[in-house]
Amino acid sequence: MNNARTLYDKLWDEHLVRAGADGSGLIYIDRHLLHEVTSAQAFEGLVQARRKVWRIDANLAVPDHNVPTTDRSRIDDPLARLQVQTLDANCSRHGISEYTLDDPRQGIVHVVGPEQGITLPGMTVVCGDSHTSTHGALGCLALGIGTSEVEHVLATQTLLLTKARTMRVRFHGTLPAGVSAKDMALALIGRIGTAGATGHAIEFSGDATRALSMEARMTLCNMAIEAGARSGMVAVDETTLAYVKGRNHAPVGAAWDQACTWWRTLHSDAGASFDAEVAIDVATLEPQVTWGTSPEMVLGISGVVPDPASQPDPIRRDAWCQALAYMGLEPGTRLTDIAVDKVFIGSCTNSRIEDLRTAAAVIRGRQRAPGVQLALVVPGSGLVKRQAEAEGLHRVFIDAGFEWREPGCSMCLGMNADSLGPGERCASTSNRNFEGRQGHGARTHLVSPAMAAAAAVTGRLCDPRH
Amino acid sequence: METFVVHQGVAAPLLRANIDTDAIIPSREMKFVSKTGLAGGLFAGWRYLDAAARTPDPAFVLNQPEFAGTSILLVGANFGCGSSREHAVWALREYGIRAIVAPSFGAIFQSNCMRNGILPVVLAEAEVALLAQQVGPQPMTVDLQRQVVLSANGQAFRFEIAPAQREMLLEGLDPVALTLRLDAQITAFQTRDRAQRPWIYLAPAAPAPTAHSKTA
Repeated sequence: MNNARTLYDKLWDEHLVRAGADGSGLIYIDRHLLHEVTSAQAFEGLVQARRKVWRIDANLAVPDHNVPTTDRSRIDDPLARLQVQTLDANCSRHGISEYTLDDPRQGIVHVVGPEQGITLPGMTVVCGDSHTSTHGALGCLALGIGTSEVEHVLATQTLLLTKARTMRVRFHGTLPAGVSAKDMALALIGRIGTAGATGHAIEFSGDATRALSMEARMTLCNMAIEAGARSGMVAVDETTLAYVKGRNHAPVGAAWDQACTWWRTLHSDAGASFDAEVAIDVATLEPQVTWGTSPEMVLGISGVVPDPASQPDPIRRDAWCQALAYMGLEPGTRLTDIAVDKVFIGSCTNSRIEDLRTAAAVIRGRQRAPGVQLALVVPGSGLVKRQAEAEGLHRVFIDAGFEWREPGCSMCLGMNADSLGPGERCASTSNRNFEGRQGHGARTHLVSPAMAAAAAVTGRLCDPRH
Repeated sequence: METFVVHQGVAAPLLRANIDTDAIIPSREMKFVSKTGLAGGLFAGWRYLDAAARTPDPAFVLNQPEFAGTSILLVGANFGCGSSREHAVWALREYGIRAIVAPSFGAIFQSNCMRNGILPVVLAEAEVALLAQQVGPQPMTVDLQRQVVLSANGQAFRFEIAPAQREMLLEGLDPVALTLRLDAQITAFQTRDRAQRPWIYLAPAAPAPTAHSKTA
């Protein structure tokens, strides 16, 4: 009998409090991250039911979705202010640690967790945000949950989960210069579709995954949800351990050695079988860009806007027609002929220091194109911002006519003050090009940081390698 | 929690694939700290010609007179993909939706539905299309007890659902209360785990920020 287990199996087994009859399990949650938009109703439910937070130290809160990225001394939108104040009040009432808006550690929850060592390898990590899959980069079982489940975790430190099927995505070959983890993620979604991994947990593997930095692995796992997978993960290796060592909440001394011994077992066993397998050669991968209103509507930058008439599936054909009408694009248009109005560099996908270095390297000595009305750079956390400033990256952006902002989710989701207007076209390093995502009627092209930077200085979607 | 046993009501077709939770409720419509007041923002990007003025777009299915009072949605594959926002489900429920029939759902959305008394029914794409052809003045029935959807002309479509989730909806059980019955087991797990992985357990108070925190 084959006893080889996948990484997912190991993480499931390690956290299983009680197995259900139907393959479900009551899973212990190591870390619970909270933000201002999806937690208020959970705290309210907890209090109404006269329940207490099960394990206070498992929780960390940080406001990020609905915070201003300019002046931090006040929040003009009264409803946004209420959300942030409610988070502050709930955290102080229940004794939960919070990185408030004036704390240098504040930032996007999925940037902050790994940065602080709040997220450590082998953990179960949940948050009321679908991009919690990001934390899988550290060899975690990390998944987004709804607010009812936020309340469940606060009250019980567990979640009743159905065991996912497993999908292994093997990236092999050497990634060409100028092509990034973002392009790998988009290429995968283009291949399998936004529902391609529904019901599955993805493990990213292969030599091209192994070669990625931790931040790049976070970008990859971040986008797992856009392929339909509630969680994505990468096995622990020496890159993981080097990243974790010295973080604020990482273990030290004997506990570090003890942790490493366990962490080094966090990989799929040789011979472990997966329910689905996908292999992608990255050696010939081009920079990717979305042309439609779903992350699966994506092509290499040398492509042309597709013709719905060439799509045999009627439902998909309708979706393409709707997408082209919404995006204001004609079939046959070269992607490199598409001019952009705005550029956004940020979000939990691409706002870490490596992303900012990559973007700055493209921009250095150049200027924002005249047709680009706004180019926004929003660091993922206060500490990323500080690091970028120490390296002088902010000067590169500011000198090129970009805006250098305070950390938060910003223009990714069209909720806060940073939104696009109707019909505005944006090259964005975020994760969703859904209709209306960045603002009502807004047109989003998902790209890597290098491509966003190149679009800002040329005024068009373009290959950053040229 | 709200029970779901049998529901009969008006069904409306919205057969686009990949309808995401941003489309169900745009983030700018969810700046509330309660679960109510969200129905007005449901499908705001499609439902209104002018969302701010709430001017209905007569072309949108739910604005058409024959679909007034819709309580069952027939939708395309991967419904509710994207953001985890439970506001999408709260908005649907407040609007009056009790059941959604789709070839597949986004995983987090599906789980959110169960927690709010909305039954997510998975049927084959062809079956959803057949049901959509039969919408009209005759109501449709969704029966969780028998696990069937009955079209207006009496055609029955059987669906599957996990037994635990079926029971949860039929009985209106509170999943938190059910889990707390296992508190001794959770505590035992935690005690054992704390000895094996002490680094998981932090001191409750947050340490002061350090100027030289590692960022890269």
